[in-house]
Amino acid sequence: MASQDRVVHPVIGPGHTFASVTDKISSIVLTTKTPIGWFVGFGIAFSLFMVFLATVSYLLVKGVGIWGVNVPVGWGFDIINFVWWIGIGHAGTLISAILLLLRQQWRTSINRFAEAMTLFAVACAGMYPILHMGRPWVGAYWLMPYPNTMGLWPNFKSPLVWDVFAVSTYATVSLLFWYVGLIPDLATLRDRAANRTVKIVYGFFAVGWRGSARHWANYEMAYLILAALSTPLVLSVHTVVSFDFAVGVIPGWHATIFPPYFVAGAIYAGFAMVLTLAIPLRKAYGLEDFITLRHIENMAKVMLATSLIVAYGYLMEAFMAWYSGNSYERFMMWNRMAGPYGWSYWALIFCNVIVINTLWIKALRTNVVYLFFISLVVSVGMWLERFVIIVTSLHRDFLPSSWGNYRGTIFDWSMFIGTIGLFLTLFFLFIRFLPTISIFEMRTLVPAAQPAEDKQ
Amino acid sequence: MSQEHVPSTPVTLEGVRRTGGQRRYWKSLDELADAPAFLEFLHREFPEQASMFQDPKGRREFMTLMGASLALAGLTACTKQPEETILPYVRQPEQLVPGRPLFFATATGHDGYARGILVESHEGRPTKIEGNPEHPASLGGTDVFGQAHVLGLYDPDRSKAVLYLGQQRTWGDFKAALREPLAKQQAKGGTGLRFLTGRNTSPTLAAQMRSLIAAFPGAKWTSWEPATRDNSRAGAVLAFGEPVEAQYRFERADVILSLEADFVAGHPASLRLVREFAARRKPAGETPEMSRVYVVEGSPTSSGASSDHRLALKSSEIEGFARAVAAELGVVVQGGVAHAWAAPVAKDLKRAGARALVMVGESQPPAVHAIGHAINEALGAVGSTVSYTAPAETAAGGEAQSLAALVAEMRQGVVEMLVILGSNPVYAAPVDLDIASALDKVPFRIHHGLGNDETAARSHWHLPASHPLESWGDLRAADGTVSIVQPLIAPLYHTLSELEVLAAFTEGEQKGHEILRAHWQDALGAADFEKRWNRALHDGVVAGTAFEAKALRVKPGAWASAGATPPPGSGLEIAFRTDPAVFDGRFANLGWLQELPKPLSKITWDNVALVSPKTAAELGGVKTEQTASGHVTELAELTLDGRSVVAPLWVLPGHADGAVTVHLGYGRTRAGRVGSGVGFNAYALRTSDAAWGRGGLQVRKTGGTTLIACTQDHWTMDATPHHQAEERHIVRSVTLAELAKDKHAIQKLGHEPAPGLSMYPPHEYKGHAWGMTIDMSACVGCNACVTACQSENNIPVVGKDQVGRGREMQWIRVDRYYEGTPENPETYHQPVVCMHCENAPCEVVCPVAATVHSDEGLNDMVYNRCVGTKYCSNNCPYKVRRFNFLLYQDWTTPTFKMLRNPEVTVRSRGVMEKCTYCVQRISRARIDAKNLGREIRDGEVVTACEAACPAQAIVFGDVNDPESRVSKLKAGDRNYGLLAELQTKPRTSYLGAVRNPNPEIPGAGSEGQQHG
Amino acid sequence: MSRPELYGLLAEFHSPEEIVKAAEAVHAAGYRKVDAYTPYPMEDVLDALHLHKTHVPKLALAGGLLGLAGGWALQYWASVIEYPMNIGGRPFNSWPAFIVPTFETTVLGAAFATVFGMLLLNGFPQPYHPVFNVKSFATASRDRFFLCIESRDPKFDRAMTRELLRGLGASEVSEVEP
Repeated sequence: MASQDRVVHPVIGPGHTFASVTDKISSIVLTTKTPIGWFVGFGIAFSLFMVFLATVSYLLVKGVGIWGVNVPVGWGFDIINFVWWIGIGHAGTLISAILLLLRQQWRTSINRFAEAMTLFAVACAGMYPILHMGRPWVGAYWLMPYPNTMGLWPNFKSPLVWDVFAVSTYATVSLLFWYVGLIPDLATLRDRAANRTVKIVYGFFAVGWRGSARHWANYEMAYLILAALSTPLVLSVHTVVSFDFAVGVIPGWHATIFPPYFVAGAIYAGFAMVLTLAIPLRKAYGLEDFITLRHIENMAKVMLATSLIVAYGYLMEAFMAWYSGNSYERFMMWNRMAGPYGWSYWALIFCNVIVINTLWIKALRTNVVYLFFISLVVSVGMWLERFVIIVTSLHRDFLPSSWGNYRGTIFDWSMFIGTIGLFLTLFFLFIRFLPTISIFEMRTLVPAAQPAEDKQ
Repeated sequence: MSQEHVPSTPVTLEGVRRTGGQRRYWKSLDELADAPAFLEFLHREFPEQASMFQDPKGRREFMTLMGASLALAGLTACTKQPEETILPYVRQPEQLVPGRPLFFATATGHDGYARGILVESHEGRPTKIEGNPEHPASLGGTDVFGQAHVLGLYDPDRSKAVLYLGQQRTWGDFKAALREPLAKQQAKGGTGLRFLTGRNTSPTLAAQMRSLIAAFPGAKWTSWEPATRDNSRAGAVLAFGEPVEAQYRFERADVILSLEADFVAGHPASLRLVREFAARRKPAGETPEMSRVYVVEGSPTSSGASSDHRLALKSSEIEGFARAVAAELGVVVQGGVAHAWAAPVAKDLKRAGARALVMVGESQPPAVHAIGHAINEALGAVGSTVSYTAPAETAAGGEAQSLAALVAEMRQGVVEMLVILGSNPVYAAPVDLDIASALDKVPFRIHHGLGNDETAARSHWHLPASHPLESWGDLRAADGTVSIVQPLIAPLYHTLSELEVLAAFTEGEQKGHEILRAHWQDALGAADFEKRWNRALHDGVVAGTAFEAKALRVKPGAWASAGATPPPGSGLEIAFRTDPAVFDGRFANLGWLQELPKPLSKITWDNVALVSPKTAAELGGVKTEQTASGHVTELAELTLDGRSVVAPLWVLPGHADGAVTVHLGYGRTRAGRVGSGVGFNAYALRTSDAAWGRGGLQVRKTGGTTLIACTQDHWTMDATPHHQAEERHIVRSVTLAELAKDKHAIQKLGHEPAPGLSMYPPHEYKGHAWGMTIDMSACVGCNACVTACQSENNIPVVGKDQVGRGREMQWIRVDRYYEGTPENPETYHQPVVCMHCENAPCEVVCPVAATVHSDEGLNDMVYNRCVGTKYCSNNCPYKVRRFNFLLYQDWTTPTFKMLRNPEVTVRSRGVMEKCTYCVQRISRARIDAKNLGREIRDGEVVTACEAACPAQAIVFGDVNDPESRVSKLKAGDRNYGLLAELQTKPRTSYLGAVRNPNPEIPGAGSEGQQHG
Repeated sequence: MSRPELYGLLAEFHSPEEIVKAAEAVHAAGYRKVDAYTPYPMEDVLDALHLHKTHVPKLALAGGLLGLAGGWALQYWASVIEYPMNIGGRPFNSWPAFIVPTFETTVLGAAFATVFGMLLLNGFPQPYHPVFNVKSFATASRDRFFLCIESRDPKFDRAMTRELLRGLGASEVSEVEP
């Protein structure tokens, strides 16, 4: 089947040689005249980033009271966005690690910027756990495993501390993985660069790579091991995030199905974001030969598959609420569907379960414009999922006397939009200064390299 | 304002002078004093920011006035003790241990009547009010007003300076200005001299007045309160020919019928009545017994909510019912209106005979009071459950008429000099008197009061009054017992007490202390006076001053024959009631009370027009929806006699149909930064002939809406089936019959988890293990615990906006649950404190171990470790945790620094807080016990809520000690844990509510079934 | 001994097939101080030069075990020995809760060991290397394949080795200054 697909859409356009691949990709970075479009995009992204900085400043001056959070709804946009961003990050690691282990060649051209996306998404996500605290100036480091002046340690029983471990490990390993993958390409850029300063900068980060067989031997092994490590890691991260809720006693949180369905949801959201980024990118830089319809379609298939898992999760939640016979659970589910926030539940079902199933049709699955639209719908849907889990579970818990309502304030929104700005800013810098596609791995795909491959 | 006034700014310079260390402020002070902002502050006129403490805008403005606090900074240091001897402080200086509070007995006047209190004083700063167990009107309990008494002392908007037409003057200036017109009055025998005070029970002040009248034979003294008791006085006159006070003994009564009498909140002896009521509502043992209470009322009250049978009748219809019941009992009356309940109620009363009791509320016309007296006599209750004594106030009854007469004289121009002491008629007098315009006809007007209020603004001279905690005085309780009011602290500002001001009219310069002692020297006689005086000061009551019971017979009269007075006017009936939080408006500037959720509606920072569901439907439906920023409800225009106000409509279950209840005390214009412009002014509709209500009200929806800060979801719980609360076994209640049948009836209502269910071994608690029980059968939902906790634990006031957003900070909340029909539901009050769960869900999730368990089982909150993730609050099934979303504490107002309890950390922005079981009190008891080399005894640790509770519904103690009261209660049959099925193992447990319905009452059977 | 005036000979090839053949031949000829430079990892070259053994896995394992032991020890020591606290009535040693952080520290340790181990074993960072002296070597990161025989090799002989490489179809054989 794989070979058949290759007939339909190859993983690389025809007529490419080692040289053409190398020059095409490195030229995007080494060119002296940055496309005007880049400046426009970066300008917009950066102004959104400014909105983020402004909001954070006001937040630190006034306190989290500027948001809509209250008692009983102690978490709002802050944690919703945290989970949303973390989820988006997952696709990157999945593509670069899991698909590598599964020897999926088509991953090659998208893993680089998918990994970059992971890093930037995690960076955005990381903002929220810190800034959602009442006293971030101390909270930022009091969660670290070290004894304070009173010899007091963090509480290792708390899922939030698990988050600290999981997310920081995830960020670190993703960064290492990304950098290791970059080394040979940095060497390429070093060797291609005309300007001496540029040469020195890339050379510095290339740490003296020369493509020696001995290097490749260690390198390949290291890369493989990193992939093997990242695979359980990426699964663990969203599992741990789901513990934030599953460990709680609140109806709608206290569910054992959370880990798998959070992970599936994360991959779902992640691939949606990859598409959101890849589709414009390949157009803008004429990379259709490297990010072919094959890639696009495969990602669409992954989304479809994960959407089914997520749908199963929704179904099980409802079923268990009824089957448990627990009046709190039953009311929680009833309240989700028919309560004041019922709209969010049905909107989420529409975005994550209904619309996506149009991808069974190949014509739609291979229509980039439609997929771009779908990817946005899924991103919205996944955001709503977190909204439903956090807000509708909290706002009506055990004692009717303490029920309340929640609405995000202008500052909730500006913070959210601001992190999108941060994300895009980093991404624009990335596509300008680093090869968005792994050059050396693309070389392995050009016809000239194939016979060498087949021999083994 | 020009320079020469600056030296006479009394607060600041005095404050500065008193503390040597502050001298260096002199220079800056003069500069400050120049700043108009600073002078404005001294005048404390904040019309534009008169909203809330916490309104950030307001506070920022306040920062600009920091100059003022610089000046006042002197104050915080100058807590000088009064020069006069008070006990035990000066006599036993060794008692003053720094860091150890002292307690002094004194009294607060509520509506004129004394309530004995003990005041906790830290290094000379009164910080907390407790009830005085030796005082007959307290018995150790307090109410919200008593608790807020101390906040009144430190109210930053109190008058600080003598004002003449709003300009600052000195007392010297005033006395000079008084001399000439007073001489004029002297000449003409004081025919133009009038005094207006609040209801007075002070023997000394009465004596002073007598001598004043003697000096000015033509002078007249009017005493008047907005919360008039004219009806009961007139009723007594109808029945007995004299305005006697009825003294009730609830603990002796098996059957109580209340005809719109709010014994929980609306009676001078409420605290005692609640204590006695609750004592008979805690059934236990093999043969549980309790009293049965019927309440007939138009506007739902806590009394009705705590009753066994509540009959919702319009105020005007109650007389007919009363006559019917009386007739059933063989009292010769006409005009009874048949009612299904009349016969069974009468039968029940008759069965109880001398152990029955009928009580009539102030809102009922005199005739009904007379009927009540007649029924009690017929039942033989007189001498058993009720007795009659002289009234405590100097001028009993006829307050409204005397005020009207005074106003008439003012209009005629007879009144040349009017002295208003501690009264605010411009705001609260019946609107038809239009006292404001009448005042303008008086050439020389003096107002003496705590605040520069509406009346002060209409007077030539405003004299700042000393707070009762700053001054000497005396007061009578409703049963006549006299309490000496002794100052805990020297006046914070240049203020004088009423006694001292009155002295200026006769003797001239005189200290309150001398006046008081002089009077009591005569009263008690010289024989070992010192000893008796000291005893009185120490105990807080003057022994043997309670009135003798009078032997009286009810005289037949017109009241019996006359039929029920027909409800005047057409249209809806309006009922005026004092507010459960701000009373008649005098407490409007006290944030604690403004932010107090009303017992039934749970509304804060507002008054509304309460209507029944049916009436609401007739008005075209009242739409109230809960939003993220508060409850949005509809506005309506209430019109009575062509006068109208716009008020928010609010549907209250159990309200009588065809009636509207409005609470007084809101819509003040000059209350201060907290109370001005809050709510609507119901006095604007209140006429002389409608002190408590009447018919003829027109209600028209304006189409507008408004935001109400309500701390509980609207009663309909529209989103959820109504039985949810029961399904969850949150409130558990059974009837006495069910309890007698099966002593475990309450426990069987829920599912307690099997012991040993946990996969972890339980923690061992050696030594003490603190726990609490809350008796839902005794709780009357009076909120005293809420305010007591706020006072004890330095809990900030957050303001309407924040409450609307669900960010109120009170550590205790009193949950209100309804069951049954919205037309006449059963109402339950459930105070919720931290459960101190042994398996606390909040602790596990805290990432920094900021909330952990102590080895005595307390769920401790470590503020300085908290980083504010709010995860604990999310994971708390009881939602008892409170978070400082913004900077709620007021760090700037100097007087609040004096108010705070030094034993409790003052929390700042970004940290979580919650009930600590008053850990500071536990520590104090532990230290005392250690010093004495013994264990802490049961009852030595009393939490603030427990101490305040007039019903003694809260019991705290060591659950490891099988002999402790709390252990015994927890072992009882009514004990259950809230949400215990979650295996949280709460240390706070509840004693299920028991109601004692009369099966013969129509519908009682069904009510019996609807238990939570 | 004095520094040799020559580091080695660098042969440039144009196709993967050539470099593989060349590598095999050179190894067969008994050269051992040989290295190949390719624009992408080529298994066959590694086979040809018998360069398969790498120590990275051992390092990764060691790092992982260190992370595992360290992570667990940290939590156990902090919450059971050094500052035990009654948190939510759970035992001090709530081992199920410790699993998560332990897992993360394990992964972290292994990852660090792998990456820095790899860099170490490759002798990075290494700003200077003789082969960089050859102008055309820049294309090693583009589309050219290089084979370098070092002068340290006992069988190395400037003329014969050059002939050998030429014979293997090297488009160009350049001398590498040390």
